[in-house]
Amino acid sequence: MTNTPDFPERTPPPAELRADERPDGTAAGGARPVTPEPATPRDAPVWDEGTYPRILEPRGAGRLPLGDGTWHQLARAYVRVQVISQGAFLLLVLAVAAGLQVFLGLQWPWIPAGALAVITLVGLIITPRQARSFGYQLRRDDLVFRRGILWQRVVAVPYGRMQLVDITHGPLDRGFGIAQLKLVTAAASTGVTIPGLTQAAAEQLRDTLIAVAETRRTGL
Amino acid sequence: MTDAIPESAGAAGRITTRSPMSDGEWHRLHPLTPLLRGGLFLLVMIGILIANLRERLFELFFPVFTDLPPGVMPPDPVDFLFSNNLFLIAAGAVVVVLVILLGAFRLSWRFHTLRIGDDVEVRSGVLFRTHRRAPLDRVQGVNLTRPMVARLLGLAKLEVVGAGLDANVRLEYLSAKDADALRGDILRLASGRRLAEAGPGAAVGGSFVRATAEAVGSGIQGLVEGEDFSDAEPESIVRIPLGRLVASRILSGSMVWLLVLVAAIVVAASISTVWLLFTVVPTFLAYGAYYVRSIARGLRYSIAPTADGVRLTFGLFTTISEVVPPGRVHAVEVRQPLLWRPFGWWSISVNRLSGRSSTDSSTDQLAAVLPVGTRDDVERVLRILAPGLPPDGWADVVRDGLLGPVADDPYVTTPGRARILRPLSWRRNGVLLTADALFLRRGWIWRSLSIFPLARLQSIGLHQGPLARAMRTARLAAHVISGTVQTSVAVLDRDAALTVMEETARATVAAAAEDRTHRWAG
Repeated sequence: MTNTPDFPERTPPPAELRADERPDGTAAGGARPVTPEPATPRDAPVWDEGTYPRILEPRGAGRLPLGDGTWHQLARAYVRVQVISQGAFLLLVLAVAAGLQVFLGLQWPWIPAGALAVITLVGLIITPRQARSFGYQLRRDDLVFRRGILWQRVVAVPYGRMQLVDITHGPLDRGFGIAQLKLVTAAASTGVTIPGLTQAAAEQLRDTLIAVAETRRTGL
Repeated sequence: MTDAIPESAGAAGRITTRSPMSDGEWHRLHPLTPLLRGGLFLLVMIGILIANLRERLFELFFPVFTDLPPGVMPPDPVDFLFSNNLFLIAAGAVVVVLVILLGAFRLSWRFHTLRIGDDVEVRSGVLFRTHRRAPLDRVQGVNLTRPMVARLLGLAKLEVVGAGLDANVRLEYLSAKDADALRGDILRLASGRRLAEAGPGAAVGGSFVRATAEAVGSGIQGLVEGEDFSDAEPESIVRIPLGRLVASRILSGSMVWLLVLVAAIVVAASISTVWLLFTVVPTFLAYGAYYVRSIARGLRYSIAPTADGVRLTFGLFTTISEVVPPGRVHAVEVRQPLLWRPFGWWSISVNRLSGRSSTDSSTDQLAAVLPVGTRDDVERVLRILAPGLPPDGWADVVRDGLLGPVADDPYVTTPGRARILRPLSWRRNGVLLTADALFLRRGWIWRSLSIFPLARLQSIGLHQGPLARAMRTARLAAHVISGTVQTSVAVLDRDAALTVMEETARATVAAAAEDRTHRWAG
């Protein structure tokens, strides 16, 4: 591996992003004595290519704050893939229902088809916002993952706990050059799945994670 | 009673382990194994024979009761055989089948070998060979199970628990003495200690018949004398009186449901039809069976610290004895059902890797570490379950965690503004991070305390839904391997929860780096 890992084993550079990354200068500053070493953006050109620039947060003041450090985000292509696949599914459902009515004269398929269509449509509408809420941060000893706007979830996974890293990409994903990276620990509830990384970023991230996990290997 | 396989005996120059079974050579299982494994098949065959001959036997012994005219036999395959003089051929066929079966089981026994060296290895199968090898530093526990029949024959099953689905190595069957010695050796080897030289080999070959006779003899004697395992030197630290065991099962949560159900049925019967009352009967039968089973399981319960971890024994008919090495307990939960409160009883369950699929019912059995115990019992059991934690802090853990909150409560609890989400338990609902463990305390009516040793914590998460956001609270979730322990506590102050999460993440990394329990002898 020739590239330099994003998280520094060495002295971390100053966090220039810290001031504007902090959403609201609330009491969070006092309640967070931890200063995680922020990542160095200049070391990781691949990870931030074609991604969103800023994490979308809920509006409420009681939200889980972003904190320090650089958040890496999903590639914009992820939304395109999602819109295409969900849109295709929507059209398929409507086509089947319409076909059943035209050729067999059945009315009732519109009920399940309508329900499916509404669910898919809602998904289609929130997908672009949701995609911008995903973020991951490589700190010195652990990976922090966040997702969700209405239901927020933040997870910290120590590198040494990783059992394996999984990369999957379907045909449509390959067409747009994105991949899904899944981090597996011994606990099923960890559930860290980063869905829309560019393929280069996913592979680099995988290699980096494996390399770091190897140096910090722990038991189960 | 197993003899070393001749061809590999030449390399037996250096023996590093104590018992003859674990000298790094290939050994066979107990010679009675084919009998026990094939025993089921024989029983089925005898059953079929008896079912077919039933009429005949009846006719032979009680001719009065049959409604056939005297001297007339019922139509029967046996008569057909008799009348056509095929009896000898049929008997010969049965004998041939039996001999072939016995031969097959015997052959599979010959091919089923085990070796305990640096790993546990098992080879089995005649046509389809399998070779399973389990590294010793990943051993999660060793089970010794003695089902009723095997106990009569003086045999035991040994199961080396690995981490993963269906990752266990089963050794069925060994003589109880061998199994016991083998378990000790596996644990000692896994702990990283070197074993002393074995004495001059006392392995006597012995004929099959003599071996059988000896095994049966010692098994029956053991049954009469209430034989236990030889490494049972350490005294159990908890005694459960029979009265408490029975009372605790009766007062458990399922009893409440039973009463509710009975009341509902009685009410329904009184206002509509009387025959509904009869539906109570199967309910009672089911509950009765459940209670008898759970009480029988709790009998002969003992828990004791050994050099190689916690030794747990329970079961009246099928005795299970398990050793859990240090650092194999991923989460502990102390719980108190409502009806136990007047008596001050608690139960303890753990999350650990059992190497079985999650649908296996025996997983739950091994999770319940203490079926019922007093506050002192809880303290003693917690102390040996998590030996990595500072020993002097347990009194505080019990006081604050189980009985709390008391004065100057160290837990971070639900803030007063979010009281409406936890109207009863908001003072109790909380989290505490110490240097070695994360404690989650919950419930005012059903009190519980979950303990997560940081060296085993996989990751930590924070969740927040819209309501929690409006209240400026969050839910903290500890991620450990799956099991029965509740792993999250909700409605914590957001900033406090963030602090706890950050500190836990840091402390987890430190604890994991220092953890040496995969070779616990150091």
